[in-house]
Amino acid sequence: MLEKALKGSKAYWIWVFALLGIIAVGFGFYLKQLDFGLGITGMNRDVTWGFYIAQFTFLVGVAASAVMLVIPYYLHNYKAFGKITIMGEFLAISAVIMCILFIIADLGQPMRLLNVLLYPTPHSMLFWDMIVLSGYLVINLVVGWNVLDAERNSVPPAQWIKPLIYLSVPWAISIHTVTAFLYCGLPGRGFWLTAVLAPRFLASAFAAGPAFLIILCLLVRKVTTFDPGKEQIQSLAKVVIYGSCANMFFFLCEVFVAMYSQIPEHMDHLQYLFFGLHGHGILVPWMWTAMILIVSGIVLLLIPAARKNESVLAVACVFTFVGIWIDKGMGMVAGGFVPNPLHEVNEYLPTFPEVMIGIAVYATGFLILTMLYKVFVGVKEEVAA
Amino acid sequence: MENKRRSFLKFAGVSVLGLGSLSLLDGLTSDDVIASSGQASAEATYKKTSKALTAERWGMVIDTKKLSGRICHKMEKACHEAHNVPHHENKKHEIKWIWETHYKHVFPNKTDEFLVERLKELPIPVLCNHCENPACVQACPTQATFQRKDGIVLMDFHRCIGCRFCMAACPYGSRSFNFRDPREAIKHENKEFPTRMKGVVEKCNFCAERLAVGKQPACVEASKGALIFGDLADPQSEVRQLLKENYAIRRKQNLGSNPSVYYLV
Repeated sequence: MLEKALKGSKAYWIWVFALLGIIAVGFGFYLKQLDFGLGITGMNRDVTWGFYIAQFTFLVGVAASAVMLVIPYYLHNYKAFGKITIMGEFLAISAVIMCILFIIADLGQPMRLLNVLLYPTPHSMLFWDMIVLSGYLVINLVVGWNVLDAERNSVPPAQWIKPLIYLSVPWAISIHTVTAFLYCGLPGRGFWLTAVLAPRFLASAFAAGPAFLIILCLLVRKVTTFDPGKEQIQSLAKVVIYGSCANMFFFLCEVFVAMYSQIPEHMDHLQYLFFGLHGHGILVPWMWTAMILIVSGIVLLLIPAARKNESVLAVACVFTFVGIWIDKGMGMVAGGFVPNPLHEVNEYLPTFPEVMIGIAVYATGFLILTMLYKVFVGVKEEVAA
Repeated sequence: MENKRRSFLKFAGVSVLGLGSLSLLDGLTSDDVIASSGQASAEATYKKTSKALTAERWGMVIDTKKLSGRICHKMEKACHEAHNVPHHENKKHEIKWIWETHYKHVFPNKTDEFLVERLKELPIPVLCNHCENPACVQACPTQATFQRKDGIVLMDFHRCIGCRFCMAACPYGSRSFNFRDPREAIKHENKEFPTRMKGVVEKCNFCAERLAVGKQPACVEASKGALIFGDLADPQSEVRQLLKENYAIRRKQNLGSNPSVYYLV
């Protein structure tokens, strides 16, 4: 089936080569990072994780959100999602690959990456993260590819694929749970030290992931002859509302616990993010923008007339996606490191090379996604013909 | 043709799964062997002589009454010179094993508006606490940071992948990362101790290399009696005597990490 990704219109190839160009530029910056060290990023002795790990965290969520298609279709027999479930699985594949690339970009000694396999350490959450992420990648590759192949041959998918599909449900939950455990099990970081972190990660993932999928569906409808379907898009929109509301609910629970108990270790980070601390507040405008975007997204999606208008829906999805991206991709990681364990405030913002490397990773993900979707749409067109 | 390709894909998928689980099983069974070989190699680096100082659990007492800015500066210099700690102009890339700060930063959860005057502006040294229950060791995915039987938490600079999980885990900010090549920023290299490369984490090692040849830690030697080093498990040791007679506090005791560095205040 892969050959379908090698035949395309002029516009397709322009897009592919544009992505390749971005990847090349970013790779140049990565070579510079390899040569100089991570000092070319904005990270420092106090904020030791930044843009890369934040993107990794956010994208694990996007990957996990494929489960929001798998559950209704395979467990509740909601037939409409059968048409687009593979889109979710292919999105998960590209998202997991981006996650792995962001981890590699963040390592000080990437050549030693395999030490994680050579000296397996079950008491380290990073070890489990590696296992669940690679497992999830394989599951989605095998399931997505085989189901699509069966569809192409107009036969039902092989029986042995069913257990894998069921396995993918708890597995999807596990990838984001373990990712949250990277943070919430650390004794000295009050901002992350909350049992609601994993549930909140999942909730925000189930808002941002499907929101992105809606945008993808609208794009696919625009640039190909395949229509993912009005009903499917509307159902996804409802998933986004539930996810986004649950995310805000968990967030407000966190705010209440920190602010009402007034325990400084928990309160200081929120104060830093939303109001600034000791005169430092680089992220304040970002955080408020995120909140406004997320809340406007919820409001737009809750009004039936607005939700059913696909242009408004697209705007609401962009708001939700960008809002959660800022909150998780910028605030969550940096906010946990400021103030530092000695209660000093040293801020972080990514540098230009750091952002360029990040954009190149995203371009790689989009390239993989483009090719996978090209195959997917190609099969749909072939079957329809 | 189509059939072949499909069966190949299936075969490839199964082999990938198979290989993955194989290496996992391999790793798990040899886990203990590797962990101990890691320690062995690190201890071999610091060849033990008959003069070696040994203990069941090494610990340190810092007597704040004997501290001064001058002494703190001396300790820092002694440590950083002994261990080839680079001096970077850019604060963001700073490496420090022991450094001086103020009470409110050493004990951020014990700050007090009416703190005894003497402690307010007093420079107090901070360093790795060599916790009995170290969060950094738990977090490290490669056992590049590990705890010796005598309680010292060490780093294997050759195994560290530079993920900085240990830095997120450490509740004391005791670890530094080589954001750039440290070798350019070392003025006088001590040939007795290894230099590091960019991309790895480092921190205080309680002078494991000096203990192995019968010497006290460099900071203790430079401290003019302000720092006392000894065996916390031995009731007769000087550190235990001091703790018996003086009220001591430790950093963030509430976290359960059980630091081995005590402060007499």
